[in-house]
Amino acid sequence: MQWADDGIVLGVRRHGEASTIVELMTRGHGRHMGLVRGGSSSRMRPILQPGNTVTATWRARLDEHLGNYTLEGARLRSSLFLGASHAIYGLTHLAALTRLLPERDPHQEIYEILESILERLEDVDQAGPLVVRYELMLLAELGFGLDLSQCAATGATSELVYVSPKSGRAVSRDAGAPWQDKLMRLPAFFMDEELEKPPATDVADGFEITGFFLARHLFEPRGLEVPEARRQFIAAILRAQPSAA
Amino acid sequence: MPAAVAGPEIERLIQLLARLPGLGPRSARRAALHLIKKREALMAPLGAALAIAMEKIEVCKTCGNIDTQNPCTVCTDDRRDASIIVAVADVADLWALERAHAVNSRYHVLGGTLSPLDGIGPQDISIDALVSRAHGGEVKEVILALNATVDGQTTAHYITDLLHDAGVKVTRLAHGVPVGGELDYLDEGTLTAAIKQRTLF
Repeated sequence: MQWADDGIVLGVRRHGEASTIVELMTRGHGRHMGLVRGGSSSRMRPILQPGNTVTATWRARLDEHLGNYTLEGARLRSSLFLGASHAIYGLTHLAALTRLLPERDPHQEIYEILESILERLEDVDQAGPLVVRYELMLLAELGFGLDLSQCAATGATSELVYVSPKSGRAVSRDAGAPWQDKLMRLPAFFMDEELEKPPATDVADGFEITGFFLARHLFEPRGLEVPEARRQFIAAILRAQPSAA
Repeated sequence: MPAAVAGPEIERLIQLLARLPGLGPRSARRAALHLIKKREALMAPLGAALAIAMEKIEVCKTCGNIDTQNPCTVCTDDRRDASIIVAVADVADLWALERAHAVNSRYHVLGGTLSPLDGIGPQDISIDALVSRAHGGEVKEVILALNATVDGQTTAHYITDLLHDAGVKVTRLAHGVPVGGELDYLDEGTLTAAIKQRTLF
């Protein structure tokens, strides 16, 4: 068995003294692990950092084997993240989220979006909305997408300002008014994909919604806690945009 | 499976040596044979040294270093600058900095770095002890001498966040071109870090 593909490094584990097991999010083969012989060497360590894009060749005798990777660095961007707290927490959180995808299950759109987010993660104004949108996309990809197309109560398609924590569907201003303290505020940038730099309060509201549904549908059923890096990432971006605090 | 060529005691010695870093079964067999040949000159003192080390080695209650006294030699050395703490991930890093005579200060050994993939969280390493030392009043600077990896720098940022109200200066090691490094042979990440952290000349 052999294939070649692009991949984003999600994590690296030492295996013995010289080798490493590398977890990649690949373009066409999903989240995929493999053994890198000599992965602990000084030549390979800078390449095998989370967030870097590599070109990978995977070889194994049988498809179900762990297999061996031969990797070459294609876009070594992890050093860009080391100095900025929001970027490094964001990277850790994105890797933890991507790890929720089943192994070896192709999700090409997720790969493309992840690649594009990593290119812009350094920009503290864009990082928050990008990660919220990634969380929404991941929920949808795993079958727990929010339905924000129309009001769950009236079918209205305008003035959608709430999300029901019960159904994960949008609720219009009029229909939601009597239960507004039980509903979550729907930020405008969820409905407008072109809006790149929404206000910090909207970003905080967005994280509240995605955090609730991530915990309910993805983390709690697996016996996992929402990663600490997510809380630290949100704190870091809100520190940089203090109007939401 | 080949038949054993030596008694169980020797096979056990070979098996234990093979568990050391850098030694495989073949090199462990050579090391064992060498020890047996130099039984009086090497094996007996090595055995005695191991027994004494096993009995006396302790983890320093102040900094997490390993030594045969507690607090360790570094913590009890009055000639060191007590206002600076260098936080390192492992005792090997402390020894590396001491070999370089790079800084004459106290240390704090964290015992690892945060690693979500390996399930290592803040409670698994000695971050709380570092934070309480930094709040002690005597400390003016904490140098985060952690690896230039995503895990190392995640730990550095986490500690920085916890120390923001401690009234201490928090610094970290520079990232960039190593001594003797040729730009042509450096990876793009190191070059990018070096350019970003360029200094006045």
